[in-house]
Amino acid sequence: MIGGLFIYNHKGEVLISRVYRDDIGRNAVDAFRVNVIHARQQVRSPVTNIARTSFFHVKRSNIWLAAVTKQNVNAAMVFEFLYKMCDVMTAYFGKISEENIKNNFVLIYELLDEILDFGYPQNSETGALKTFITQQGIKGQTKEEQSQITSQVTGQIGWRREGIKYRRNELFLDVLESVNLLMSPQGQVLSAHVSGRVVMKSYLSGMPECKFGMNDKIVIDKQGKGGASDEAGKSGKQSIAIDDCTFHQCVRLSKFDSERSISFIPPDGEYELMRYRTTKDIILPFRVIPLVREVGRTKLEVKVVIKSNFKPSLLAQKIEVRIPTPLNTSGVQVICMKGKAKYKASENAIVWKIKRMAGMKESQISAEIELLPTNDKKKWARPPISMNFEVPFAPSGLKVRYLKVFESKLNYSDHDVIKWVRYIGRSGIYETRC
Amino acid sequence: MCDFPFFSLVCTGEIFELKAELNSDKKEKKKEAVKKVIASMTVGKDVSALFPDVVNCMQTDNLELKKLVYLYLMNYAKSQPDMAIMAVNTFVKDCEDPNPLIRALAVRTMGCIRVDKITEYLCEPLRKCLKDEDPYVRKTAAVCVAKLHDINAQLVEDQGFLDTLKDLISDSNPMVVANAVAALSEIAESHPNSNLLDLNPQTINKLLTALNECTEWGQIFILDCLANYTPRDDRESQSICERVTPRLSHANSAVVLSAVKVLMKFMEMLPKDLDYYGTLLKKLAPPLVTLLSAEPELQYVALRNINLIVQRRPEILKHEMKVFFVKYNDPIYVKLEKLDIMIRLASQANIAQVLAELKEYATEVDVDFVRKAVRAIGRCAIKVEQSAERCVSTLLDLIQTKVNYVVQEAIVVIKDIFRKYPNKYESVIATLCENLDSLDEPEARAAMIWIVGEYAERIDNADELLESFLEGFHDESTQVQLQLLTAIVKLFLKKPTETQELVQQVLSLATQDSDNPDLRDRGYIYWRLLSTDPVAAKEVVLAEKPLISEETDLIEPTLLEELICHIGTLASVYHKPPSAFVEGSRGVQHKRLPGSAGSGESADSPDTGSAAGVSEAPPAVIPSQGDLLGDLLNLDLTPPTTSGPPPAPSSGMQMGAMDLLGGGLDSLVGLLHRTDTPQSPQLSHQSPSPPDYSPTEVGPGDHAGPVKARSPAMGAGFGAPPTAMPASFPPPVSGGLDDLFDLGGSVGMPMGAYSPPKSIWLPAMKAKGLEISGTFARRAGVIQMEMTLTNKAMSIMTDFAIQFNRNSFGLAPAGPLQVLTPVGPNQSIEVALPLSTVGPVMKMEPLTNLQVAVKNNIDVFYFSSQYPISMLFVEDGKMERQVFLATWKDIPNDNEAQFQIKDCHLNSDAASSKLQGSNVFTIAKRTVEGQDMLYQSMKLTNGIWVLAELRVQAGNPNYTVTCISKERCVHQGSSYRSNMLEF
Repeated sequence: MIGGLFIYNHKGEVLISRVYRDDIGRNAVDAFRVNVIHARQQVRSPVTNIARTSFFHVKRSNIWLAAVTKQNVNAAMVFEFLYKMCDVMTAYFGKISEENIKNNFVLIYELLDEILDFGYPQNSETGALKTFITQQGIKGQTKEEQSQITSQVTGQIGWRREGIKYRRNELFLDVLESVNLLMSPQGQVLSAHVSGRVVMKSYLSGMPECKFGMNDKIVIDKQGKGGASDEAGKSGKQSIAIDDCTFHQCVRLSKFDSERSISFIPPDGEYELMRYRTTKDIILPFRVIPLVREVGRTKLEVKVVIKSNFKPSLLAQKIEVRIPTPLNTSGVQVICMKGKAKYKASENAIVWKIKRMAGMKESQISAEIELLPTNDKKKWARPPISMNFEVPFAPSGLKVRYLKVFESKLNYSDHDVIKWVRYIGRSGIYETRC
Repeated sequence: MCDFPFFSLVCTGEIFELKAELNSDKKEKKKEAVKKVIASMTVGKDVSALFPDVVNCMQTDNLELKKLVYLYLMNYAKSQPDMAIMAVNTFVKDCEDPNPLIRALAVRTMGCIRVDKITEYLCEPLRKCLKDEDPYVRKTAAVCVAKLHDINAQLVEDQGFLDTLKDLISDSNPMVVANAVAALSEIAESHPNSNLLDLNPQTINKLLTALNECTEWGQIFILDCLANYTPRDDRESQSICERVTPRLSHANSAVVLSAVKVLMKFMEMLPKDLDYYGTLLKKLAPPLVTLLSAEPELQYVALRNINLIVQRRPEILKHEMKVFFVKYNDPIYVKLEKLDIMIRLASQANIAQVLAELKEYATEVDVDFVRKAVRAIGRCAIKVEQSAERCVSTLLDLIQTKVNYVVQEAIVVIKDIFRKYPNKYESVIATLCENLDSLDEPEARAAMIWIVGEYAERIDNADELLESFLEGFHDESTQVQLQLLTAIVKLFLKKPTETQELVQQVLSLATQDSDNPDLRDRGYIYWRLLSTDPVAAKEVVLAEKPLISEETDLIEPTLLEELICHIGTLASVYHKPPSAFVEGSRGVQHKRLPGSAGSGESADSPDTGSAAGVSEAPPAVIPSQGDLLGDLLNLDLTPPTTSGPPPAPSSGMQMGAMDLLGGGLDSLVGLLHRTDTPQSPQLSHQSPSPPDYSPTEVGPGDHAGPVKARSPAMGAGFGAPPTAMPASFPPPVSGGLDDLFDLGGSVGMPMGAYSPPKSIWLPAMKAKGLEISGTFARRAGVIQMEMTLTNKAMSIMTDFAIQFNRNSFGLAPAGPLQVLTPVGPNQSIEVALPLSTVGPVMKMEPLTNLQVAVKNNIDVFYFSSQYPISMLFVEDGKMERQVFLATWKDIPNDNEAQFQIKDCHLNSDAASSKLQGSNVFTIAKRTVEGQDMLYQSMKLTNGIWVLAELRVQAGNPNYTVTCISKERCVHQGSSYRSNMLEF
């Protein structure tokens, strides 16, 4: 299991060091600094073995988190734990920075004591942790409160405490998708997929039982067989094939496995209910058509057309097209029909920004790039043109069909809950080769 | 003031100041002071002096303060065990506290204090806490048992904690179950044979129930534990699989991977014709693909595992090629892994896409990645025959880019393509030859030379091309030299008339002017082959080449099986069994996949039985290079065995032969004479680095093509069954005598000074992965310590240095240890350290014992070795006859020692000339009653003379040696020295 956990700043100074196992000595702290942080060549793996000791590291801005072990640990678990540790810290004191870590080091030690015992990760749900790791002391608690805490931390529903009350029962569902594309210069889709997340903010009283439904092809086809032919036939068209999905630990997985229904008791506040991935019938919101022409050895002509491909009534926002330029660029002239374009020498790219663009429109940019003559034999690698945008629909075609709330002990019903649903599609890695 | 008050203190007076603050009456001040102490501790400052003051703060109802004090205690208790006892009372009291959080905190902390006296006090509270009414306390106590076991295993067993822990598996609270499972698994690991985790269907059922309810981490513990279970039959296996599959949808990748591990393992037991088997296979693909959208570090872990899964069951992901396409922004470690998997999944169906991608990658920036991409194109050509033509043309396009490393990499893979598809793509040779001048890497040069040699008959100016390489022969790396030698010999066999001069030239370069034994050996073998039987030479050198394998870099099947059992863990990331990187007994036991159920016949064993997928995998590897080599040696050397010792080498070889005999040939000669022993041990000790040597003479073998057959089994191959390997290192020195007399067989050959074969001085186990083997030799009047440093650890070793302890003859390094380059993992490096004899002297027991300390960037290691005294004999040890006689008489009788050498079949002349090689000089010879008496002298580096009389009786294999010396002290080592003297 994890033998120790260290946090360093960018200089390699150790900010937090907690050792769980006897086989990890103080020299491990230095070994990581010397061999990874200060390594002459950047390390090419997130797992490093130094003198029979394995180091796992992740970096958050300029802070290094390293877990150390001498055993054959579950590597996936260690990384998951490090991410979780980052989440917990963020939930407690915001951004992970040197300043925040130094100011909260006592809290961090307390957390590390709680969520890792002898190197074994324990309950690390922020909701539960916040009930008893407060930095305020817990002496004021009654016996009932104490046992409530412990049963929550160890219980089956570790993510939610009892006795939550809201005057207004309300929930928000955000369907957040990122659409990824790799397209050949000729416009052939090399790979495309959507990775989506359903994020829920729940402000519900008591211990509500929820059921979530979406236009999952498997569910709808099943219902279609069961009868109600008309409606099923209609909605069948809109159903989507989900390649795979994963759920927050509150979802009863065995139930999903057998009935494909998503039922759960949600944590309070914001959390990620599910993640999913689709590859079929993706709506690609934009098409990029590049044209690069080399005129002699010192000039490059670039023309890029973007076409929006969705309902004209919808508006895409925050559109940004990034056209890479060679390293030996000496000057650039740009003309664009819409938005603003600028050559950014430090990033070796022309960045073209458009605030808003409606569906089924087209826009164009053309640029002339002057090059310095070089002796460098190596050809310019032509990195792909990438794009960023945000659209108010789900490119996968996912639709939320229902989210039902049942709370048997309290007197509010499904109808009393105010529900909000919002769809946001963003670009993930959206690239077109040129 | 500094922004961060707790991190800013440094000065010397601070300890004093802190002391005052810790003893302050004000609670707030106390707390701040403890915080400062912890901050200093974090930065690595020693604040142990404050121990009593900090412990005094423990008695508090402020939980935050208490936790800080505990943190301090855990750090320093070990260094101050007596003081730590002061804390015990508070712990014991806290374990009775009404607040469960405090009870748990106390038991948790107590387990972390590794002081024997404290552990004694821990037992009672722990027993209570294991049965506490509060689950939070129980789950903490469960882990505490593992902690205690780590400190004192016997105590845990005696106190019966293990049984209590087992009972916790049936606890009502899922988290308690999970922690108990984790603790038990860990304890069981250090007791491989115990039946601690008594997994039976009932407990499995309990675990599976808890699996649905506990935290994500608990699920991982339980799944990892389940993976160790072997179901009784396929039905049980299926029912467990059914209950584990829902975990594949968990958001935590570690849960998913652990579930995959359980399924991969239990699937082995399912009959292949079962519907469920197919369903399961289909269910595995999506979650594996989903792992690739996780954070990059997890992607890396997932990809390393997918690499294993794809080798074991290629059918799972065969349609998922696209998800492994490299994204421009992927971190380099993800890119490289994806590339590996792309090649594994490449098939006729998707090859067009793959090739288009690879071509794209070959224009990227990262050099390593580009190289790997180019190599991948070659591997595709070899794997999918239909694509070979397209691959070759892609490679030619890449060569046209003239980017240096791309060109070189392309040439290396084109060589392999030629191997796979002979007589098909030779038209491109012209293009390749154009780039001859730009090749500066050894591998590429070697590949190009191979191509020229192989197709010498079609390249008009092949001799010119090869000759141009020959000019700088000595500046080339060994790889290129060897290849050049072979290529020219091939050329000669194809065009004997025009190239005679060239072949002469290369053979003499290789045999006379080179100090590389591999090269000389190969040179000699070719030379002898060509001079004795050109027809045989043609058969050997231009033999039909065995097919190269389609699949490349496959992990050896038993290792693969073991790694599949370790999916998700570090072992699967390193692709090494846990024993390779874990110290001690933990996790060293090898895990295996269960045998398949159903028939249970051998035909259905997991290796052969895993359906179409793997059965096509056992590739047509090169048929045992070793055998070929064995044949070659027989071919060359067998006739002489029957007709006595081999004829003296022709005069042209004489020079090289001198020290060749000292090193390389002795084993070959031994081979000839020790007919009763199998030839393998000798063969193997001649090659301290088998991988370099093994393919040498086997013309075709050295082009193992893309196979790069460096798996351990192959490397050690070399004609010797692997079991013979241990025999290759004779026991140190004392065995030297035997070896010498083996050597004795080679009568009439001029001899170099004897030096025993290398033996292991420092095993890797004792030196954190550094293995040192070595020997001593006297070369041209200089004593040398010749060592092979092998790095068996996984990190690079640098900064080597060496020192000797004082010793009997004042041996000391004459210069620093010359290890200029860092030694990478699994690399070894040869060093010769010249020794002087002017160091400090101290008598050792035994006399020739030498204690050595070697330092590297990791640590300092000590070992001792014994050197043969013969290396201390100086060249001017020949005494005047008169002086000899006088001295002999001078020395009192009790300075005399006598002993016998058994089983030596040399005549006196031969023995004398042999001994002279080791600076043992014969002064006179007498023959009395059929007995030859040799009078010999030798002089040690410290100026002491030793005189000896050697009696050899014809027909009697036993020699009698009497030796005397003026100095008694030297003499006391005689029993040892005797061993050395007589050769």
